[in-house]
Amino acid sequence: MIEAVGLTKRYGDKTAVHNLSFQVRPGAVTGFLGPNGSGKSTTMRMILGLDNPTSGRVTIGGYPYRKLPNAPRHVGALLDAKAVHGGRAARNHLLSLAQLSGIPARRVDEVLGVVGLQDVAGKRSKGFSLGMGQRLGIAAALLGDPQVLLFDEPVNGLDPEGILWVRNLMKSLAAEGRTVFVSSHLMSEMALTADHLIVIGRGQLLADMSVKDFISANSADFARVRTPDTEPQQREKLTAALTDAGGHVLPEQDGALRVTGLPLPRISEIAHDTDVRLWELSPHQASLEEAYMRMTQGAVDYRSTIDQKAGLMQPLPPGVQPPMPVPGQGQPDWYAPPPPQQGGQAFTTPGQQQAGPYAAPAAPPAGQQPNPYAQPAPQDRAPAAADVPASPAATQSEDAR
Amino acid sequence: MSTPQSPMPQAAPTWQTAPGSAYPSYTSPIPVVRTHLGHALASEWTKIRSVRSTMWTLGVFVLLVLGMGLGAGALVANSSSNVSSLNPLSLGFFGLLFGGICIITLGVLTTSSEYGTGMIRTTMTACPSRGRVLVAKAIVFFLVAFVVTLVTASLVAFAQVAMVHGAPEPSGGEWLKATLGVSLYVALLGLLSLVVGSIVRHSAGAITIMIGAVLAPMVVALFMFSESLAKVRQALLEYSIPNQLSVFYSNSLTSSGPSGWDPLWIALGVTAAAFTGAYLLLEKRDV
Repeated sequence: MIEAVGLTKRYGDKTAVHNLSFQVRPGAVTGFLGPNGSGKSTTMRMILGLDNPTSGRVTIGGYPYRKLPNAPRHVGALLDAKAVHGGRAARNHLLSLAQLSGIPARRVDEVLGVVGLQDVAGKRSKGFSLGMGQRLGIAAALLGDPQVLLFDEPVNGLDPEGILWVRNLMKSLAAEGRTVFVSSHLMSEMALTADHLIVIGRGQLLADMSVKDFISANSADFARVRTPDTEPQQREKLTAALTDAGGHVLPEQDGALRVTGLPLPRISEIAHDTDVRLWELSPHQASLEEAYMRMTQGAVDYRSTIDQKAGLMQPLPPGVQPPMPVPGQGQPDWYAPPPPQQGGQAFTTPGQQQAGPYAAPAAPPAGQQPNPYAQPAPQDRAPAAADVPASPAATQSEDAR
Repeated sequence: MSTPQSPMPQAAPTWQTAPGSAYPSYTSPIPVVRTHLGHALASEWTKIRSVRSTMWTLGVFVLLVLGMGLGAGALVANSSSNVSSLNPLSLGFFGLLFGGICIITLGVLTTSSEYGTGMIRTTMTACPSRGRVLVAKAIVFFLVAFVVTLVTASLVAFAQVAMVHGAPEPSGGEWLKATLGVSLYVALLGLLSLVVGSIVRHSAGAITIMIGAVLAPMVVALFMFSESLAKVRQALLEYSIPNQLSVFYSNSLTSSGPSGWDPLWIALGVTAAAFTGAYLLLEKRDV
């Protein structure tokens, strides 16, 4: 059990972690998510006693890490796969760690077998690939057979076989009653592995809930509707009819419609009544990735912009269309499903719509994409979402949930 | 930018209300032992013997001390000059002065390479008693450096006394100073480097500082022509590390200044002070 209370870390005037309180319980895999620079690694280092918190405290089983008797036998950690002396052979590296905490030397060969490095045990870790380095780091974490395990980006650089192995390893460790705390940026991986999520952004707690709750609270399910591409007027007709019926319609990049606020059978009925044929009518379940993107949009510090190549482009020959920008590039909000409608309930009326604190304007309509080459000025980066603190009204709507 | 953002309302997890005994728990079948300095010493011994830089620096050290010592012995033995007033042991001085640089390098690398590679985070996670790690490093390194220096310096001393004919037989005290004394002094110099490496946490920086500390006082003193600085110049010369090292061979540059075993006590004091500082910093700083 890991328990943080009011954990705060400042480096000079930069606050890396601010008043963070959470608990990580045994017997489950707890995912630790957040954008780059949100304070995940700092938090992990404070849990391990490497950094001293400016204020607050974090304990493992009731003790601060540095007060634990024989800490590596209680807590195993993979912080950084590169945190080894590259000139030392893998086996000697693990042996020195085993000796430090009085673990018998044969345990070293055991964990080397567990991570599949027994054939390169005598090789210097300098020559290891990223994935092999990860395996060595995981071996070091497992060395003490601890009841609490911390992994920072464990699947980084692993091959598909290795990713599957890590996923099953995490689950089996948790099933044995251990506490498993994993940070990762791979949402699909987290959705499969984690039972519980702790999400931070800019050093503050954004969410502490189960994966299921997290997805339903932070995204809206929607229906994808597609009318025949050959008859655009049908699309217009259906859009008008759906809006009249109280639905909320957004065009998608490929010409389909994204409908919220109406159940699927109702959409079908409306289409039938208005004599519009449908090529597609599919329910869309929000993924963990979308839910995460929605929640952390406002807390992302490092965001890519469009590569303008200003002044470097050959002038296009007359009559040639400039290429369409790749969806997603430099368009921070394209992931966002429509803003959550009060209480995160899907399919409500547009009249009740209210943007959440981290909501961004909906995706721009297809065909009206700003052309980056014709329009060198950088796109507005959703200032309303990024920089405005949660307004009281928005907070109330959250509380009403 | 850190706009305060109200955290999301937390869905009260069911387990928070559960009593403490309801948590599943895991107990390792491997017995948990109480760790002590002995474990850290074993670990540091594994570390120091399993990297190539140890072999390289100590190998170059042995080559330098043997090569320069035997070379000087051979030169003097074949020259026609009068050696009746020469202490043959003093021919080992140059080898140890240059070889000392290797010991300094190894000392610095013992601590700073852990910072350079990031290994220190792994080490400090495996042993949160940071001071214990530093003490273990110091003991292991000092013993390695001392034993290697003692063996090499003794070998050279015997060879030189045997090579140079006609020189007076060194007394027991001279023997002791030229073998045990210099070995302790050079190993202490290495230990000081280790401590500086732990404070500076940067290999190149710490090595530069230590080589500067060895050479700079003498070089600076050479350029102090002014009469008003005569005393400073004298002190710099007398207490420079090469001159202190030569005291062990009773051929100091000056007649005043440290004599006998004084350099050892000076080195011991400086190292102890630096060690205390490094220990406190290590406990206090973020890794």
